[in-house]
Amino acid sequence: MSLQADDVKNIAHLARIAIDENDIPEYAKNLSKILDFVDQLNQADTDGVEPMAHPLDMAQRLRVDEVTEVDQREKFQSISPKVEAGLFLVPKVIE
Amino acid sequence: MEWEVVIGLEIHVQLACKSKIFSGASTAFGAEPNTQACAVDLGLPGVLPVFNGEAAKMSIKFGLACGCEIAQRSIFARKNYFYPDLPKGYQTSQYEIPIVGKGQIEIQVDENTTKVVGITRAHMEEDAGKSLHEDFAGMTGIDLNRAGTPLLEIVSEPDMRSAKEAVAYMRKIHSLVRYLGISDGNMQEGSFRCDANVSVRPMGQKEFGTRAEIKNLNSFKFIEKAINVEVERQIDLIEAGGEVVQETRLYDSDKDETRSMRTKEEANDYRYFPCPDLLPVVISDEVVTEIQGSMPELPDEKKARFMEQFDLGSYDASLLSSSVESAGYFEKAVDASGGEGKLCANWIMGELQASLNREDMELEQSPVTPDLLGGLVKKIKDKSVTSKIAKKVFEAMWNDEGTADEIVEKYGWKPADASEIEPIIDEIIANNQAQVEQYRSGKEKVFGFFVGQVMKATKGQADPAQVNQLLKSKLAP
Repeated sequence: MSLQADDVKNIAHLARIAIDENDIPEYAKNLSKILDFVDQLNQADTDGVEPMAHPLDMAQRLRVDEVTEVDQREKFQSISPKVEAGLFLVPKVIE
Repeated sequence: MEWEVVIGLEIHVQLACKSKIFSGASTAFGAEPNTQACAVDLGLPGVLPVFNGEAAKMSIKFGLACGCEIAQRSIFARKNYFYPDLPKGYQTSQYEIPIVGKGQIEIQVDENTTKVVGITRAHMEEDAGKSLHEDFAGMTGIDLNRAGTPLLEIVSEPDMRSAKEAVAYMRKIHSLVRYLGISDGNMQEGSFRCDANVSVRPMGQKEFGTRAEIKNLNSFKFIEKAINVEVERQIDLIEAGGEVVQETRLYDSDKDETRSMRTKEEANDYRYFPCPDLLPVVISDEVVTEIQGSMPELPDEKKARFMEQFDLGSYDASLLSSSVESAGYFEKAVDASGGEGKLCANWIMGELQASLNREDMELEQSPVTPDLLGGLVKKIKDKSVTSKIAKKVFEAMWNDEGTADEIVEKYGWKPADASEIEPIIDEIIANNQAQVEQYRSGKEKVFGFFVGQVMKATKGQADPAQVNQLLKSKLAP
């Protein structure tokens, strides 16, 4: 499977990663290699094998529904670039 | 051309957990911004989710109530997208294997129509935070208190054929989650909201038309309006030679229109994959059995019981059982009345409902409590008030004047007994010989005149049935 330049741009956009136009052919080549490898895995016969959702063969522990956290807003917001009225401020986004 | 409307709904229900789905932070509504957002909710580096087992139990409760398959093993997945109110860059949700699978639910469309709507699935997920776009010059304010709040997303089959059916379905799910106690269903606070997938197709066509998704409908009124205007838009578009495009639309209640939010080309590519931070959720048969045993009486069961026990019609029973509040009110009133189900039902759906509508009030706000209403019904039953007086007593109770007994005592509203009525009737007959002759010669309409005279003379306090009986015997030739 071979990725095109547009695929690479789209993947970069989805991951919000800025990439250099000149590097795109190299990314396309490397990412295609990964897909080729997955293709190879796909050739294995997995009929009757239950899909694995997690490498550990264990079940999720169920937590009791209790409030255990206290308010640490001040601490968390001390490392935030900008806050106002208790809110985190970020560059304007409107969908 | 005749068009058929096809609607499927995705309802987001906020589960009534005290703490978040993956952290021990509180889910209480209305706290100061970001005071209930812990390191996990903020998506700080190195944190790990710890799953709230109560969310699973509540989800299973819902599944059992709708006869859904319960997955013994379900898995969490990451749904990836970037938005500042989602600090991790993904929403933890369920994708391939949700905890609740296929089931169905019966809805009451109108007085004579019920319909079965299929449930495709219901999955657990976390809510996002809130973005506030106003008040901050060029910036957006983010409150993450809601981030990580446990949600159950209930997905229906595209089984509904009108906005009315969609509303009936939404009401039924709303009633059910409240009965089950798994959500407060508070729509103003966003605990219960809905996305509607809407399409149209020529009547008789098998294939579905292209659908548009209307996002974030949070009232029964808006969902009906939004679907209706969207259906109109799609039909107009197709009839004018255009094509519906698959897209997400927003409903603007001020302008009563839907408008495009994003098209399929711009649609998010969520790149779901199983969440490596969470193990599969495994539910044993014992746990399911235990939950099954803890289920309360559900609306459909209540409806059947009301019909059987109190001889109510299907529609009346359905209305009374439609919410926890109305069912509770009715049952309390029946108790207070000494078991008069039918009379209580008539009064709740008649006089009480009319008064609530007039004042634009909810049942919970009614000044006439179920005990008061039951007390009044008891007096109607033992004939110590007539229906006419009962209405006046009800009005007085509505104005906080006390119990039926106190009000009757205060105003001296006792039904006149036979010994008081008889002389009055005799007098009226003596004074109206012409009418007596008319009546006796076969003009039975005149009977009403006599009843009116007696009621007037007794100031409406006579029991009409008794007046009728006495008049009949005295007027007989």
